[in-house]
Formats: sequence, C-alpha cells, structure tokens
Amino acid sequence: MKKMFAKSVKSVAALAVAAALSGGAMAADNPKDPAEGFNRAMFAVNEGLDTVIAKPLAQGYDYVAPLPVKAVVGNFFSNIADLMIGVNNLLQGKPGQAANDWGRVLVNTTIGIGGTFDVASEMGLDKHYEDFGQTMGVWGVDEGAYLFWPVIGPRTVRDTAGFVVDTYTDPVPYYDDVPVRNTAIGLRYIDQRAALLPTDKIIEEGALDKYAYIRDAYLQHRRNAVYDGNPPRDLEGTTNGKAPVELKSSPEKPAGR
Amino acid sequence: MKHLFSLVAGVFFLCGNAFSSDEAPDVMVKRVTDEVLGIVRADKDIQSGNSKKAVELVETKVLPHFNFNRMTALAVGRDWNKANPDQKKRLAKEFETLLVRTYSNALTAYRSQTVTYKPLKMQPGDTDVMVRTEIRQPGQQAVQLDYGVEKSDSGWKVYDVVVAGISLVTNYRETFAQEVRSGGIDGLIASIAAKNKQIEARSEKKQG
Repeated sequence: MKKMFAKSVKSVAALAVAAALSGGAMAADNPKDPAEGFNRAMFAVNEGLDTVIAKPLAQGYDYVAPLPVKAVVGNFFSNIADLMIGVNNLLQGKPGQAANDWGRVLVNTTIGIGGTFDVASEMGLDKHYEDFGQTMGVWGVDEGAYLFWPVIGPRTVRDTAGFVVDTYTDPVPYYDDVPVRNTAIGLRYIDQRAALLPTDKIIEEGALDKYAYIRDAYLQHRRNAVYDGNPPRDLEGTTNGKAPVELKSSPEKPAGR
Repeated sequence: MKHLFSLVAGVFFLCGNAFSSDEAPDVMVKRVTDEVLGIVRADKDIQSGNSKKAVELVETKVLPHFNFNRMTALAVGRDWNKANPDQKKRLAKEFETLLVRTYSNALTAYRSQTVTYKPLKMQPGDTDVMVRTEIRQPGQQAVQLDYGVEKSDSGWKVYDVVVAGISLVTNYRETFAQEVRSGGIDGLIASIAAKNKQIEARSEKKQG
C-alpha cells in the first residue's frame, strides 16, 4: 500500500514537473509567485485529486452525518488542536491567550466529555487559530515565495516550514493504535474539506482565474492572521509588485512612483 | 483555510431602504445587517439555495448602500486611470453584476450565526472608516467581517468588504492587472462580461 502510494506520488510529481517545464516560461511577472508555472501545474493536479477523491468524500460525509455528529467531530479535533494553539500563542508573546487556549482544553476535555462538546466557548473562552507559520511571521520571518502543494494546498515557503513543524507536533499521528490513528487523520481531513464546501461555489462563480483568486485570498488571509486581524491597510496596491519592500525599509517615503 | 470563506455569507447582510444621512456608519451597518438577516431567517427559499431570490434581496436592500464606482477603482488599482469615462462605467456595471451574483449565493449559506459589532474607532470629521464586525458560531474562531465605509452626500457608502482579512475587492487586483496587460481595459471588461454570461446561463439551466 505504501509502495503503491509512493509510486503514484512519483508519477504525479513527474507529470507536474513536465507541465511546469512547459508552462514555466509563460508567467513569471508576479514577484510573490516566482514559481507560478510549477504552482499552476500542482494546482491542476490537486484539482484533479480533489474532484475525484476529497470532494466526493466530503460531500458524502456532509450528506450522511447529522449536524450533531459533525459538531462532535469538529469539536473533538478542535480540542486537540487547542493544545498547540496555546503553545504558539505563548511563542508569539501572548501568555494571556495561551492561558485562554489551555483553559479551553481543560474545560472541554473534562466538562465537555473528551472534547466532544465545546463548553468553553459558552463560558466565554474564545477559540483562536494559531500555527507555527504565524509564529514565525510574528518573529519577523518573511513569508517567501508562494507555493501550491497537492493535498495540503497553498503554503508560502515560511508556512510550508511551519506546516512541517505543526505536523511533527500534532498529537494525532502519535496515537499507537494504527487503524484508529489513520481513521482519525482521514476523518479530520474530510471534516476540514467538508467545512469548505459552501465556499466552492463562491470561488467557482466569483473567480475569473481560480488559481489566482485562491492565491491572493490565501496571501491576504495569512497576512491578516499574522497581525491577529489588524494588518496595515493597503488600498493603493502597494503590496503588489516590489512596493512593500520599499515601504518596509523607508516607511516615511510614499510608496507610489 | 477552513474558515477562509465559510462565512462570506455575512458579506451582503447589509441592507435597508430608509436611511438618514446623519446616521453613523456603524449604526447603518447594524441596521441593514439586522434587516437582511431577519428576511433570510424568515425565507425558506433563500435558505434552501434559491439564488434568484437572494439576488433580488441584495439588489433592492444592499446595493443602495454600496459605492460600486469606488469599489471597481479599488479592484482595478493603478490601471483605473487608463480607462475613459465610458469604460469606467461599463467596467463598474460588469463588476457589480459579478459581485452581486456571486455573493448572493453566500446569503443562502446563512444558518444561525450571530453578528457582533466592535466599537467604532472614528474621529470627528472622519469621512472614511472601517466598521468592524464578527460572525460568531460556537466551536469556531469568530470570522472577522469588516466594511470600508466612506461618507457621501447621500449617507455612508460601503466601498470595501473584508472577510477574515481578505478584501473581496482588492483580491481581484492581480487578476485584473493581468487581464489589462494582455487585452487592455476593453479586454478586462470582456472577460468579466463573459464570466457573468457563463454564471447566468448556468443558473438558468438549473432553474428550468
């Protein structure tokens, strides 16, 4: 099984590289996306995988599972994630929020019966989302080039590194019982994909170029997340092109030409 | 990515007919949000995905509070100045159709989320402010939903909608710039018009 998977990954990768080489020359004018040809090939691969596997599974799950079941599944994985979210908040110099996140784990694991009910939210302990990519962003690590990976989707270079750290510190893969562990990982992935189903139609109908729409939304969203919801406003297009670099080094100068 | 767009539903919660130009921007946002949510909650058709009804709701209740000229200028960025007045008008019209059709669908995804309003940061004499709101649902981080609002002669008008940090307006900038590079302003207008036709054809096919 593993070998087969590795083989198919290899052939998918070969396909993607071939497509990247043929398409790589056409688009390289976006400084945020220097690997656009490669990324678009990966995006196409991912769209294929999503159409054939992830989306049908998510739709099936969404259709079959009653709302309370979905809530329980979502809460359970959310509770596990809160542990590392707290660690990341601490690393970002927000001990108050870290205490809030660990308070959530404490309350939800006990009163919330193993994390299946989110009692903490009702008590006023708000849910946050933090990951190691954001933590590095807070530390001042530049996001780097935009990349699109099959299965895991869009990540900048920084957030790819963050994702690796997040994966190593994720408690779920360390669970000993292999079938339970694999079921849990699969279920979590499907649950997360199902949560995105309503947005599929919006992107499908709203985007002139789906690849670019997702890329630009991802970059805006991550910037916002690093600034915890208060990024500097950019109305004049200064984050396009090379302007932000000028802006950073000399904030007193107007960025326009 | 999970909560990225999941609540774009809130985007066009703004609506309402009667307004006074003295009304504060956050009061306007709250009034129209409450009104539209009230309508969606009572309308089983919209809840079950009738996009035609949702479009009607957006057009009658929400559009009067939006400044699509400014929105389009913002989406196009630097190239806006290359367009002549006629092109600007056509461009704004097509962009309006695109946004209205697309995000009316979001309204149909609304279930039982609640909207909370953050205190408005505004100095006396300000004519351009951000109204900050949050869409809340248990077990998930609240989704930010912010409105860029500017003062006009006929009251405050929304010119930007920001969901989870993603401006639904400036998110088009790269794509639009690419279109202008390859086909000029007219090429951009033609691309958006083609997209609109495609969505319309698809929704007509679905409804009968």
